[in-house]
Amino acid sequence: MNFQEALFKYLLILGDTSLILAQRLSEWTGHGPFLEEDLALTNIALDTLGHAKTLLEYAAKVENKGRDEDKLAYFRNGREFYNVKLVEQPNGNYADTIVRQVFMDAFRYHYYKALCESKDETLTALAQKAVKEVQYHYRHSSWWIKRFGDGTEESHQKAQNAINNLWRFTGELFVPDESELIMEEEKIAPSLKQIQYIWNEEMQNLMKEATLTIPENAFMQTGGKQGIHTEHLDYILAEMQSLPRMYPEAKW
Amino acid sequence: MDKNSIFKILENIPDPEIPVVNIVELGMIKDVLVNDNNEIVVQIMPTYTACPATWQIQNDIQKKLSENNLNAKVEIVYSPAWTTDRITPEASEKLKKYGIAPPQKNGTIHQLTEQSVVIPCPHCGSTNTKLVSPFGSTPCKALMQCNDCLEPFDYFKCHL
Repeated sequence: MNFQEALFKYLLILGDTSLILAQRLSEWTGHGPFLEEDLALTNIALDTLGHAKTLLEYAAKVENKGRDEDKLAYFRNGREFYNVKLVEQPNGNYADTIVRQVFMDAFRYHYYKALCESKDETLTALAQKAVKEVQYHYRHSSWWIKRFGDGTEESHQKAQNAINNLWRFTGELFVPDESELIMEEEKIAPSLKQIQYIWNEEMQNLMKEATLTIPENAFMQTGGKQGIHTEHLDYILAEMQSLPRMYPEAKW
Repeated sequence: MDKNSIFKILENIPDPEIPVVNIVELGMIKDVLVNDNNEIVVQIMPTYTACPATWQIQNDIQKKLSENNLNAKVEIVYSPAWTTDRITPEASEKLKKYGIAPPQKNGTIHQLTEQSVVIPCPHCGSTNTKLVSPFGSTPCKALMQCNDCLEPFDYFKCHL
């Protein structure tokens, strides 16, 4: 893998993770448990889609084969998507969505914060903006974790079930792909090891405060960054890509 | 055509979401570059990475300049990041009159969600207000309500 190939793949990992998370969150639009939450998830989805757009736009430029961000989003198949498996997991109930979100918000917050120090100017510019947006998201999802965990018996149970189910997908966030290792060496990508340390500590503290428990010695799923996904991704793509694939030249 | 006259033209372009203020006083124009061949580049700074108005603003700039027989390239610049400090005091005043509480200098988004800053009601001026929803009708706004006049209002989130 040469530098250009590694940078392209690295941008796809980041961009696809944002894109699929945004698509999942936008499924809540019009279905939120109440109006303020509907607004919240729609806003978070939009910010996240903005990050995806910037990252895929840059990926297309690096690839330099005449594709743009839309071509990358709408005309690749499941095996060519490199998002982590966590973001493609179904929305489930509200606790499932919020647990997935707090794992991702904490990760993205510390990732973008570290990315502000990248040697790549396009990435630092995006990171400076994104870190502020994600901080706001993180605030929102940690509120809810505390409310669920320390709320009623039922809300506690639902949040605990969601953690038990989703925890096994969190390890992958910190297992670097070959491209990430190359970018780390080039001082373009931040060190996943350092972020893992902070992330773990923060999640342990947050869950403790919320009276929830993180499973011990769980087997961690991997593969998303190499294009091997759970069965859920293809359903997302089928919906997300159907219009541009039926009408490739459609404009609005 | 010099830079200042182009800025003057751009002052006629309202923000698509908040039409009482223009894109210059919101601090969205980073710079206007004019080279010796009279080629113009307008650099805009998006308020939020996904602000849907950014593309609208790009089009509006091109349209407005072409009405003045000018051809410009519009560039989106992410660095340095736009902050609410770029909003002029005049624009803040206009926002208030329009019913949107302008960003408080010390009211970073982090503090806002902790509710430790006082956001005065743009309608009656009361400081007895509460946060209804940290997310509002556009990425840049939060939803609040005045406990005295009971009117709901938007707060332009402080982004520093």
